[in-house]
Amino acid sequence: MNAYGTGHLYGPARFEKAARVELAKPQLRENLRHATHTIRDRREEVVDEVPDWEQLRESGQAIKARVARQLPELLERFEAAAVEAGATVHWARDADEACRIVTGLVKDTGASEAVKIKSMTTQEINLNEALESAGIDAYETDLAELIVQLAEDKPSHILVPAIHYNREEIRDIFRQRMPGAADTLSDAPEELAEAARTHLRRRFLSARVAISGANFAVADTGTLVVVESEGNGRMCLTLPETLISVVGIDKLVPSFADLEVFLQLLPRSSTGERMNPYTSMWTGVTPGDGPQRTHIVLLDNGRSATLSDPVGRQALSCIRCSACLNVCPVYERAGGHAYGSVYPGPIGAIISPQLTGVGENASLPYASTLCGACNDVCPVKIDIADVLVHLRGRAVDAKRDTLSAERIAMRLLSWIMSDPRRYGRALRAARRGTAPLAALLGGRRTVRHLPWPLSAWTSSRDAPLPAAESFQEWWQRTRAEREQAQRGNPSKGETS
Amino acid sequence: MKTALFVTCVNDMVFPRTGIAVVNILERLGHQVEVPRQQTCCGQMHANTGYRDEAMPVIRHFVRTFQGYDAVVAPSGSCVAMVRTLYPRLVDSDPQLAAAVAELLPRTYELSEFLIDVLGVTDLGASFPHRVTYHPTCHGMRALRLGDRPLELLSHVRGLELVPLKGAEECCGFGGTFSVKNPAVSGAMLHDKCAAILDTGADYVLAADNSCLTHIGGGLRRRRAAPRTVHYAEVLAS
Amino acid sequence: MNAREEVLARLRSALGDGPAEVAVPRAYRRTGTCDPDRLAELLADRLVDYRAGVHWSSQDGLAETLSALLPAEGPLVVPPDVPDRWLAAYDGQVLVDSDDAPLGTGTLDGAASVLTGCATAIAQTGTLVLDGGTAQGRRLLTLIPDHHVCVVPVTDIVDTVPEGLQRLAPTRPLTLISGPSATSDIELSRVEGVHGPRRLDVVLVR
Repeated sequence: MNAYGTGHLYGPARFEKAARVELAKPQLRENLRHATHTIRDRREEVVDEVPDWEQLRESGQAIKARVARQLPELLERFEAAAVEAGATVHWARDADEACRIVTGLVKDTGASEAVKIKSMTTQEINLNEALESAGIDAYETDLAELIVQLAEDKPSHILVPAIHYNREEIRDIFRQRMPGAADTLSDAPEELAEAARTHLRRRFLSARVAISGANFAVADTGTLVVVESEGNGRMCLTLPETLISVVGIDKLVPSFADLEVFLQLLPRSSTGERMNPYTSMWTGVTPGDGPQRTHIVLLDNGRSATLSDPVGRQALSCIRCSACLNVCPVYERAGGHAYGSVYPGPIGAIISPQLTGVGENASLPYASTLCGACNDVCPVKIDIADVLVHLRGRAVDAKRDTLSAERIAMRLLSWIMSDPRRYGRALRAARRGTAPLAALLGGRRTVRHLPWPLSAWTSSRDAPLPAAESFQEWWQRTRAEREQAQRGNPSKGETS
Repeated sequence: MKTALFVTCVNDMVFPRTGIAVVNILERLGHQVEVPRQQTCCGQMHANTGYRDEAMPVIRHFVRTFQGYDAVVAPSGSCVAMVRTLYPRLVDSDPQLAAAVAELLPRTYELSEFLIDVLGVTDLGASFPHRVTYHPTCHGMRALRLGDRPLELLSHVRGLELVPLKGAEECCGFGGTFSVKNPAVSGAMLHDKCAAILDTGADYVLAADNSCLTHIGGGLRRRRAAPRTVHYAEVLAS
Repeated sequence: MNAREEVLARLRSALGDGPAEVAVPRAYRRTGTCDPDRLAELLADRLVDYRAGVHWSSQDGLAETLSALLPAEGPLVVPPDVPDRWLAAYDGQVLVDSDDAPLGTGTLDGAASVLTGCATAIAQTGTLVLDGGTAQGRRLLTLIPDHHVCVVPVTDIVDTVPEGLQRLAPTRPLTLISGPSATSDIELSRVEGVHGPRRLDVVLVR
């Protein structure tokens, strides 16, 4: 039996409903459009300059497929190496267990606050809320996470959780909610970054506990890797006495050498940089340098359930670059919050339903036109469109026993389309049915309003009517005429 | 070469002129084409919406209908993509059907593939003295990798002025049942696509899929905008 | 069953379909094609692109070059094993970090600059790699001061990321630095200068 994940993996409303709400915010749409197009262009530029990009993708894909296949053994190897190097390794079946472990570890240090590196995994398990209810203040230090935390909002993007805000909105959030922020603070990004630096400086220098995620975990050596830009990560990873890292079990790579592939794929796909400003790698404890107590919490939370689907398990290869979000036309319009889960966009639409079980997130696999733009940019070649279709199948199969209007229509159409006589009759019936409408419209062969459920179509576009003569009717008529002409006048037959 | 035309259900019912255009193009090239009377649909809507069990009878019927032809040509990127990318996985539990699909796959072509790759023709002697723009539909572009094939064919059409479409590679928002399951997002995407089309000042929008064109044309008409939608096969036949 | 056993059991059962063995292709470039004489220029180009300062020096002129780059007054932070000749022309205050007398975070925060070497540098990505080896010191030395000056002998430069990683011992604390600290969090536009050093100067020594 599959054990599914819990936490911030679904929202209160179905995607199509939530998206409608988000679409009604013009400023949000403008912000998303601007941001996604900026990063899209930058990614393309730095990917184009790598002649062996396809070869890197193929390696990345194969390494991750291999990790999935050997996951139990690699986890054991990772644990042994990390423990040997001085780390303490914990295992968590789900979000609640992971939160309990981390909360306990922070309390053991006697600290009442912790600094945090941006980590989608800790967002997934709602760690900040768990710490808060245990009386521990968790301070997000990544600029975008800080914005989201100050605004008491939720992340809307994997890489840039505050992508839905523009600079003026960020300035207002800082002015109103950041202690010590000047009323004269401008919306220049340099000034906003400076304000965050000043705000967090003391906190970094006095922090005793830090909480991180990890981008990669190296099985052979027990090494963890964090890829970042601002230096807040380095602050958290080197200054406090205690470091707690929550690591999804999908983050493994077999060997240190495999990082040569991912450290090329990730930054270019993610921030559109040749290399991100800072990458930190640490293995257990280094005497005299950095935290002297390091904990690693290995998290399942639905990943084993994802692994059990032979088609869907490729979602575990994701390295959270967010390139698929940035090129997705649906994400660009609906925004991250519409997906309900901390993992939005195309990759979220295949990760979230697998972590929670498709039944809990049945609208997400349908949150795509299957245009395939995501497939083309995925650095580890996840066939996102294919998995989306597969998960739609699982969503439909899960409700096989209940009869919906959609299922009745689909069954009927299947019955019609699998038999040419029924197909022909249905076509003629459709034409007869729309004939009065066609007569009414005269020459115009499109309709402005259709009754439910087709009203969803005519909500933003006209609908076409069946042709007066179908193609197959034309074919049969003209072939018959041609044959007749050939019989009547064999010499002219060829030119009819 | 025994060539079958799979006209597709949408073209059969709503856009017969596209099928007629393909017949005219092929016959003009001296190529005999057959239209198997048994043909109905490829099952794409069922499969893409998750109704795998319901798609199976349609797929079986399609394979039975087109078995035995040297080539199957369809004026639709998305129907050919359905056959090429989804059929293999959907039928893999039925070895006999899987073998038949494996036979059929390499012989199923979108129109521009058939004209350029199989027949080796690019100039069809067509004439269409209008300002047009071309929307490369997602399945044609990404699933089939048609590349410049349709544009190559259009570049030989006399009098045709092709205006590049800004954001051409971006989906129009149709997505089959997506357009009715997610009407708000679909409508927003359509809005942007229509705006880009209007910016070109073109009289006609061409594409390799009438389903996408129905969506785009419906949006343009809703705005009472001038550009007409037309399948590129009809331009090549003109 | 404890959590460890249960998670491992779940994973083993999830792989019950026996997925096929996967061969990993390695057709990407593992060595560079750049003319070795031009590696330093490529590195310089990439560093400048990310708003790092790049300075060229001869072995003999290094002390002068550094002295011109470093703040006249100091304080300057250095790791314990920084070569004496690097500081031969520098008159400002120097704070030496050492195992016996490690510098506190407050002291580091008040320092004007830090001067280090590096383990290797990767030209294609404009990356300096620090592994805590000779003339590099503890990780926080290159983090807290707002200005980092890094000395890179051109002979230590490699072309590609694979060549760079091959030179490293995985279990040492490693820091890859590509330009000054930056963020793309505001409208996905890149802005230099957040928590890490806001100024990075690289001295290429040939």
